[in-house]
Amino acid sequence: MADVKKIATRESYAQTLCELGNSIDNLFVLDADLAGATKTGAFKKAFPDRFIDCGIAEQNMMSIAAGLASCGNIVFASSFAMFASGRAFEQVRNSICYPALNVKIGATHAGISVGEDGASHQCCEDIAIMRTLPNMTIINPADDTEAKLAVKAAVEMDGPAYLRFGRLAVPVVFDSDYKFEIGKGVVLSEGSDVTIIATGLMVSCAIEAAKLLANEGISARVVNMATIKPLDKELVLESAAKTGAIVTAEEHSIIGGLGSAVAETVCEAGAKAPVVRLGVEDVFGQSGPALELLDVYKLNAAGIVEKAKKAISLK
Amino acid sequence: MESSEKKELQKIANRIRRHVIEGTFCAKCGHPGGSLSASDMLAYLYFKEMRINVNDPQWEDRDRFVLSKGHAAPALYGTLALKGFFPEEEIKNLRKVGSMLQGHPSMKLTPGVDMSTGSLGQGFSTAAGMALNAKLKNKDYRVYAILGDGEIQEGQVWETAMFAPNKGLDNLVAIVDNNNLQIDGTVEEVNSPYPIAEKFAAFGWNTVEIDGHDFDQIEAALNEAKNSGKPTAIVMKTVKGKGVSFMEDVCDWHGKAPNADEYKIAVQELDAAYAAMCE
Repeated sequence: MADVKKIATRESYAQTLCELGNSIDNLFVLDADLAGATKTGAFKKAFPDRFIDCGIAEQNMMSIAAGLASCGNIVFASSFAMFASGRAFEQVRNSICYPALNVKIGATHAGISVGEDGASHQCCEDIAIMRTLPNMTIINPADDTEAKLAVKAAVEMDGPAYLRFGRLAVPVVFDSDYKFEIGKGVVLSEGSDVTIIATGLMVSCAIEAAKLLANEGISARVVNMATIKPLDKELVLESAAKTGAIVTAEEHSIIGGLGSAVAETVCEAGAKAPVVRLGVEDVFGQSGPALELLDVYKLNAAGIVEKAKKAISLK
Repeated sequence: MESSEKKELQKIANRIRRHVIEGTFCAKCGHPGGSLSASDMLAYLYFKEMRINVNDPQWEDRDRFVLSKGHAAPALYGTLALKGFFPEEEIKNLRKVGSMLQGHPSMKLTPGVDMSTGSLGQGFSTAAGMALNAKLKNKDYRVYAILGDGEIQEGQVWETAMFAPNKGLDNLVAIVDNNNLQIDGTVEEVNSPYPIAEKFAAFGWNTVEIDGHDFDQIEAALNEAKNSGKPTAIVMKTVKGKGVSFMEDVCDWHGKAPNADEYKIAVQELDAAYAAMCE
C-alpha cells in the first residue's frame, strides 16, 4: 500500500466547509482555539465574517452554536473529539439535541491515532456517549472521499450531527464515484464465512484483513459502516444471516460504539451469529507515533484477522 | 413613567404571579419562589420593552428572550399566556403528561419560547448566540436573558461573560435575578457570587444595579442598556417569593408547590392586591 494516497479526514472536513461556504451563505463555523489543528482555519481565511473563534471555552461554544442555529443558520462547531463530546457533553445534550437544532459538531482528533499527545487527548468514548442522545446522527467516515460526502450530507439534513474525523493521514479507499448516504452501510466485498463491519480508519484495515483471510481460505464480507446512528440494521442482520459470524472494528472503546450497536441489533433480532468486537479495550491510550500505537492496540489488519477467526470458532 | 402605565404593568405582574400560584398548585410541584421574584421584569419585558409579534412567534427580526434560569418557567408561561401566545387555561396543565408546558421551557412545544432551557448557564450562552446572529447579519433586534444569582456560580456563565464584549454584543442584556437565595441557603453562604456587578464590569460589561420590583428603575436600566455600546448586565435586587406573604424571602419556597390551604391564602392575597389596583 506504499503508493496509496493518504489524507487526514480533518483536512477533508475543512476543505468541504470552504467549498460549501461559497454557495451556502448561512453556514457558520465555530472553533475553540484549535482552528490550526481542526483545519477550520482554512474557512476562517476564506470567510472571516462567518468564522467565530470562541476561545478555549467549549461549553459556551456549543450553546452559542445552538443560539445561532435557532436563528435559522447551519452551524459547525469544531474542537477535538475529547472536548466536543466530553467537556461539552451536556451542552450538546441540552442546548443542541433537546431542541433538535441544526448544529453539526466537527470533532477532529478522535481515537488513539492522535498519537504523541497521549491519553488525555485520545478520545475513545465519543461515539458511545453521543449515541445515547436522541435526535443525534453520528458519522465516522473512513477516508477523504467519504469525509467530504459526509459533510455535505450533514448539511443537507436538518438537525444535530456528530462528525468524527482523525488527525492521522489515512489511505484514500474510495474513488470519486463512491456513493454515500446517511444511515446506509456499504458492502465493499462479498464473503461467506464472516462479516467484518468496520468504521473510520479501520475500514482500510478491514479490506487488508479480508485479503489475509482469503490467503488462509477464509471468505470475509467487508462492510463499511460510516453511520453509527442511525445504524443500518438491515445490513447488519443480512450480514449475520449470510455469513453467520460478525467482527466489528473501530478506533474507539469496545464499550458503547459500533461493536455495541451491532451486538445490540443482532441480539435483539435473535440472529444466530456471534459478534466479536475489535476496538480499544477498556484502557486509556498513551503517547507514541500514531501508526505504532495502532499496532500496540491491535487496531490493524492482523487484529481483525485474529478476531475474525475467533468469531468463526464461536459459530 | 406615567402612573397609569405603571399601574397597568403592576396589574400584569400580579396576574403573572397568579398564574405562577395556579400552575404550581395544579402541578403539585414546581418553582414558585424564583418565578415570583422575576415576574415584574417579565411583565415589563413582554408588555413594554420587547419588539415581538404574538401572531408570528418566529418572526426573524423579533427581540428574543431566554429564561436562562429555566426553573422560573411558571412565570414565563404566565407572561406568554397573558400576552396571548396560548390560552391562559393551559396554565393548569403545567408539568402534566403531554402538556405544552414542560417543567422547564421547551422551544419545541411552547409558542413564544425562544430557547429550551433548564440546565443552568446554557441559556445565557444561547442568548449570546442569538445576539451574535444579529451582529453578523446587521439586524437590530435585541436579546434579553434572565439568570439566577445562584446560576452564575456555573462556570459557563463566565465563558459567556468573556465572549460577549469580545464579540461586541451590545444588543445583549443579562438580567441577574438577585433574590439572594438558592436551594441550599443564601447565595453567599453556599458559594458567594458577590460582588456581581463588579465581576461583569471586570469582564467588560456595562452594569446597572436596580430594585427589580420598581418599574421606573427597570425602565431606566433597559434604556441605558440601549445606549451603552457594551453588553449590559442588570443586577436586580429582588425578593424571592415576592407578592405572597408567606413565601417572601423563604428559601424553602424555591422548589415546592403550595398545598390547598396555602394556595387559598396566596390567591386571596394576590386577588386582593389586584382589586386594590383596579380601584
